[in-house]
Formats: sequence, structure tokens, C-alpha cells
Amino acid sequence: MVMKSNSPGEVWILAEQADGMIRGTAHGLISKGRQLADDLGTKVSALCFGHDVAGVEGLIACGADRVYLVDDPDPVNHDEESCARELVALIRHHQPAILLASASLWGSSLIPRVAAALETGLAANCTALEIDLESKLLMQTRSALGGNVLATMECPEKRPQMATVRPYAFKRGAADQSRQGEIVRVDPEKQPVTSRTRLLNVINDLDQKVKLEEADIVVCGGRGLGKAENFNVIAELAKVLGAALGSSRPPVDDGWIAYSHQIGQTGRSVAPRLYIACGISGAPQHVAAMQTSEIILAINEAPQAPIFEVATYGIVGDLFKVVPMLTARFRELRG
Amino acid sequence: MNVVVCLKQVPGKFKIEIDPQTGTLVKGGTDNMINPFDMNALEEAMRLKEKHGGKVSAISMGPSEAKESLREAIALGADEAVLLCDPAFDGSDTWATSHILSLGIRKLGQPDMVICGRQTIDGETGQVGPELAEMLGLPFVSCVSRIEEVAEGHVKMQRMAEEGHHVVEMQLPGVISVVKEINVPRLPSLRGLMQSKKASITVWNARELGVDVAMVGSKGSPGRLVKVSRPQRSTRQELLQGSLESQVEQLIGKLREAKIL
Ligand SMILES: Cc1cc2nc3c(=O)[nH]c(=O)nc-3n(C[C@H](O)[C@H](O)[C@H](O)COP(=O)(O)OP(=O)(O)OC[C@H]3O[C@@H](n4cnc5c(N)ncnc54)[C@H](O)[C@@H]3O)c2cc1C
Ligand SMILES: Nc1ncnc2c1ncn2[C@@H]1O[C@H](COP(=O)(O)O)[C@@H](O)[C@H]1O
Repeated sequence: MVMKSNSPGEVWILAEQADGMIRGTAHGLISKGRQLADDLGTKVSALCFGHDVAGVEGLIACGADRVYLVDDPDPVNHDEESCARELVALIRHHQPAILLASASLWGSSLIPRVAAALETGLAANCTALEIDLESKLLMQTRSALGGNVLATMECPEKRPQMATVRPYAFKRGAADQSRQGEIVRVDPEKQPVTSRTRLLNVINDLDQKVKLEEADIVVCGGRGLGKAENFNVIAELAKVLGAALGSSRPPVDDGWIAYSHQIGQTGRSVAPRLYIACGISGAPQHVAAMQTSEIILAINEAPQAPIFEVATYGIVGDLFKVVPMLTARFRELRG
Repeated sequence: MNVVVCLKQVPGKFKIEIDPQTGTLVKGGTDNMINPFDMNALEEAMRLKEKHGGKVSAISMGPSEAKESLREAIALGADEAVLLCDPAFDGSDTWATSHILSLGIRKLGQPDMVICGRQTIDGETGQVGPELAEMLGLPFVSCVSRIEEVAEGHVKMQRMAEEGHHVVEMQLPGVISVVKEINVPRLPSLRGLMQSKKASITVWNARELGVDVAMVGSKGSPGRLVKVSRPQRSTRQELLQGSLESQVEQLIGKLREAKIL
């Protein structure tokens, strides 16, 4: 690629894949990237590490001008170090202005390596990104201090300007199947892969089919459930809705449910289409990690509970009455 | 097995004051403590030492008050503690913080393992661990929930993954970050408390570390804080009214409208 010296540099998006499918998080990133690129007058490229990845055309339909399909240097491990090395080489060569990636477990671990190697800044887990039209810099906004503040960061000199994005914080725009884009296959120079980490086994112990970060609906229980067995009450609702099951921190601390279900500052972040909070008070550490959900339904018996301040809809009442009613009605509706 | 634990002193209580004119943070918090995940990091380091011998070094970059947290680390069993402290470090972003820490760790001598917390509760980035690994030229595994086995030159462990857990093997030396699932941190022993009172905390400044001050602090960091604000609460909230039955029906109507059902 020939770069004009005055070209602003492209917006790049790391499109993550899992089991050969582009992950849902990528679409919102592309839509956001498109918006930023339009403000800068530049192009959007998506990068994907994988072999035969399905769903690449979807990235173009969502706004990518180009997709780089990078042959995974270590497809079995999907090794972070070798992917980082490859990404660094591509960035040095093409010099994008901006790189965005999902703050998934993989992205949060891989992308800082890339930023460190390029000696550039990186804003973590952003929930808002925009171009300052005067300075043309990327304004990166993220939650900090236990969800009590929003901090806006910029990276004035070093390039690229890098950010990881809270999974699903940006909504996918309308897809246009007629959009044209280029697919470029990149074969990394065949250096021998020397992975220093090796995946030995995958333990599927979440005991649920729906992954939390990917779920359209999350049903989340808090201390209001009272005891471990009562998770059944909301698990039933989750099952009927095809939802993933989450928890606030106290049930995890008390051993009612595994840590992998914890939503919050020290757990996972989610932004599903529907978030149902059952018996959760709405502490900042919890709210910070779910408040970008499209619709939040709170069920709590205390009308003054702070969760109602972030909720789209609130039902004041005993969850042991409300949840089974909801479950029964949804079951009827879903046949 | 020589282990370096990176620990940060963080506010135990957030008391936020923002200057509305400049958007700068006037006050962040009080009641300093060791970042909770870093307590898990320290505990795991202690367990590795008890099993495999060696020593545990605690390292922190921060203001001189952070000595108190390092003293606590000694009370909990760390063999030595180092504070990287210089006015020039103020306002460092994660790149600069990792850079300073990497020089401190190098100066301590090559450890077998560096253990970080998954993230801090004030900065909340989780970036320092992987950035540090890159700067030290070491492999990295994030969100470790269990160390299964340490053998010649490698460690086998479980890490959090989207679908549950992954079992991974990492060559040593290497860097890991840990989640709280990994252990329950111990309380300090009486003997530890006594020792920590007399223990000396090593302090290294920019010159002693060989840090180029143009590359750190608020001026030298690649990333800059533009402003802080309070999170906006949504204005769309609606408490549903009427009998429970009618509230449930209203809700179903809304969810249908939003095409969620
Ligand atoms: C460093 C740090 C990190 C943290 N990280 C996290 C985190 O990642 N995730 C997290 O969630 N928290 C986290 N917390 C804890 C957080 O501050 C709160 O303590 C926690 O979120 C409260 O959980 P809860 O809402 O389930 O419980 P509570 O605050 O006890 O609320 C329970 C609610 O249930 C309601 N209730 C009780 N019975 C019923 C009933 N029968 N029907 C309906 N409602 C009922 C009550 O009215 C109450 O509002 C963290 C705290 C700290 C200090
Ligand atoms: N100033 C610091 N001094 C020592 N360790 C730190 C410091 N900042 C971050 N860390 C380590 O890096 C981890 C991740 O921090 P962060 O990237 O700020 O979320 C923490 O849990 C610590 O182990």
C-alpha cells in the first residue's frame, strides 16, 4: 500500500473470531470505526486472525472498506505473542491512525502487548469514542475509580491511537449487503512459531450454553436471592429466555455460584439487549459493567434501590413472586 | 522460585471531587489499601515459595505513602519490598507505569515469575501486566484462576476463558495476572507484623532506575487524561405501575416493541 504523506491514516479494527466465526463484538466496532473514519476522511480496515473465517463479508456490509485476513501464525493456540508480533509488523508497515479491539479476555491480554511494543498509549474498556473535530484526535472515554467517574483520554503524539472497547458497548449499525470491499490475504513470513504458551485443554465449566459477553439477554441475580438454591429461580427464567446467567459479587463471595458468572468491575462486563437484575441494589462497581445494556429491567423490593436509577424499567416487588410470573408468561409466549 | 509481585496502593473508599470548570479530579479517595487482586497475587507468590523455596519480592510504583502497603506485604510474608518513587513519575499512564516497573524488576534481577493482579480498582485497565511482559520480553497469561503445577522451566495453570476455563502451560520465566478465584489471602501473622515494623523498604528514584524522565509522568506518557466527569444516569427510567400482573403485561409490551421478544 502506498501512503500519501498527508493521508490521515486508516481506522483499523481487530475483528475477533471464535471457532472460525467472526464474533458478534466485531460488528459494533466496525460501525463505530466507520463513523470515526468518516469524521477523519479515511478508510476502515478490519483485521482478522484465522484460517477459513466465516462472516468476513458481514464486516464489509457493516462498513469495512477492506478486510485483512491474516493467516494465524499459531492456529491451535491462537497464541497471543505471535499474533501480537504479526499485528505490530502490520501496523509498522501500514501506519493506521487508530486501532480498536474488543476488551474481551483475548483482546485485553493481546492488545496491551502491541501497544507496549509500539510505545503508544492504550485506553482500556472504552464506552465512548469520538473524533475531536478541531484536533482530529480520538477522544477515548472509559469508566474508572470503581465506576464513579468517566475519564476521557487522548493520545496526542504516538500512533496508532489505541483503545479496547467494552464488549457490545457500540451497537451494530444497519448492514448494507451491496457495499463493496476488498479482502486481502496476508501470509505472515513463515517464521517458525515459538509459542511460549500452550493451550492444553478447554474446560467448559460455565454450565451454560450462552456465553455471557455474547448473550442477547442476561439474567443476573444478587444477594436478594438469599441462598444458593434460589439461583434456580432465575436460572429457570434464563432458560426460558435463552439467556446467560450472571451474578453480582456477594453470591460469588458466598460460594453460591462460580466467579466466572460475576458481573462488575472485578468480574465481567456485558452490554446485552436486555439485562434483568434480580435482587441487586445497583452499587457503582456492579453498574459500571452493565449500564450500556440496551434495556435494563430491575426487580427489587426496595423502591429507593439505586439500581432503579439506571434501569429502563423497574418492578418494585418481591423477586420470588415477580420472577416466576415472568418465567411463566415468557414460557407461554415462546410456546 | 523467585517471584516478584507487582502491587499498587489504591483508595479503599472513593470520595470523588471534580472541578467542574477544568474537569480535573480534585480528590479521588481515602483509606488506602493494597489493590484487592494484588493481595491474591501476593498470596499466590507466598504459596509458591512455601512449596518450591526461593523468595518473594514486592514492588510498587507510587508516592511515598505506598511504603505502608509494602510494609503490609512484608507483614504478610514478602522477603523484600521496593518502592519506585519519584515526583517525575506522577501522572504516568499504563505505558509509562509498565516501563518504570520493568526497569525496577530488571534491577532486582531476573525473577522466575512476575505476578500481577488482574486489574486495579482505581485505574481499572488490566494493562500493566501484559505491557510489562512485553517490555521484559516474557510470555504472559492473564486471569489465572489456579496454578496446577510448577515443573522444570514451565508452569501449568488454569485461566478464565469465555466458555469457562483454559488449561495452559507457560514457559518460565513469565508474567501472569491473577483473579480472586485463585486463593483466599491470609491475614498477617504476629511475627510478620513485628518484622514489618523494623523492615526497611528500598526506594529507587528515576536516576537510580535509569528512567528517562522525558518518557514518564503526565508530560512524557503517550496517553493523556483530558477530563473526568460523573457518569450520566439514564433519563429513560420508568417504574412500572399497577398490579404485578399488569406490570408484567406492560413489560412484555415494551419488550415486544423493542423487538426483544
Ligand atoms: C473493590 C470492589 C470491587 C467490587 N466488584 C464488584 C463486582 O465486580 N461486581 C459486583 O456486583 N459487585 C462488586 N463489588 C461489590 C459492590 O460494591 C456491592 O457490594 C455489590 O454489588 C452488592 O451486590 P448486591 O446488589 O447483590 O447486594 P446488596 O447490595 O445487598 O443488594 C441486595 C438487594 O436485593 C434486594 N432484595 C432483597 N430481597 C429481595 C427480594 N426477595 N425481592 C427483591 N429484591 C430483594 C434488596 O432490596 C437489595 O437492594 C465490589 C466492591 C468493591 C469494594
Ligand atoms: N503503580 C503500580 N505499581 C505496582 N504494580 C502496579 C502498578 N499499577 C499496576 N500494577 C500491577 O498491574 C496490575 C494491573 O493494573 P492496571 O493495569 O492498573 O489495572 C495490578 O493489579 C498490579 O499488579
